[in-house]
Amino acid sequence: MEMDWIMGLIGGMLIGLGGAAYLIGNGRIMGASGIIGGLVDGSGHATAAERIVFLAGVLVLPILLTPLFGGVDTHITDNMLVLVAAGLFVGVGTRIANGCTSGHGVCGISRLSLRGMVATVFYILAGGLSVVLFRHILGVI
Amino acid sequence: MGRLIVALIAGSLFGSGLFLSGMTDTTKVQGWLDVFGNWDPTLAFVMGGAIIPMAIAWQLTRVTRKPVTGGSFPAPPDAKLGRNLVLGSVLFGIGWGLAGLCPGPAIASLSYAGPGGLVFVAAMLTGMWLAPMLRARLDRVAQPE
Repeated sequence: MEMDWIMGLIGGMLIGLGGAAYLIGNGRIMGASGIIGGLVDGSGHATAAERIVFLAGVLVLPILLTPLFGGVDTHITDNMLVLVAAGLFVGVGTRIANGCTSGHGVCGISRLSLRGMVATVFYILAGGLSVVLFRHILGVI
Repeated sequence: MGRLIVALIAGSLFGSGLFLSGMTDTTKVQGWLDVFGNWDPTLAFVMGGAIIPMAIAWQLTRVTRKPVTGGSFPAPPDAKLGRNLVLGSVLFGIGWGLAGLCPGPAIASLSYAGPGGLVFVAAMLTGMWLAPMLRARLDRVAQPE
């Protein structure tokens, strides 16, 4: 368990370093939902190339690291209905709120943005209630 | 070219961090949200670890004035909260708890989560594509002053 916390801290610092590089290097806030969403709805057309390159890094590094650290089980549910519903909620929600865990959470809280902090409180509360409802009450996850 | 190199470095650090921290494992995320079950504090360490270098970076922007590749730094944070921020975050949280994936880890887990990861990402992209239309509709409903 403690090993998980240490790896969490190390991994978290790498995530923060990624955000720092994106900010200091390109002057952009590293928000995953904004980077992806801008490609999907066309609002990020002018910066499409750097968005795609960023996402390629996110996708490829876990593949490169797997032989060194071993594969990780994602424990993703095989309930397709749950996956579709969850994906839709995450996609719609992050774009309406204009940010997710990386944009509002990591990048927002680190500059004491009120919007980032309020968003984080609400998605954590909703996430907690969601687990209570779907796991403990309905038993679907 | 400089911007692309920065984006690749940032994305690679982000992907490595998500992988090493275990945030691509949905049970870790759901375990953190599950305060009434077998609570897993890992996510708090990830968040705390990420905020440290990021807070230093924000301080650095005051010194360097301009990004390395040119342009300008983001404007100071908006103080306005608004209904969309709360509504969107609640919707996001519901989905986050339901599947244990948020947008970054969803992309990272595409590499090894099999068909489940693909289905989640396809639904997420659809949601992101629908969002501007829903947002426009929400904006037409009178905003409380």
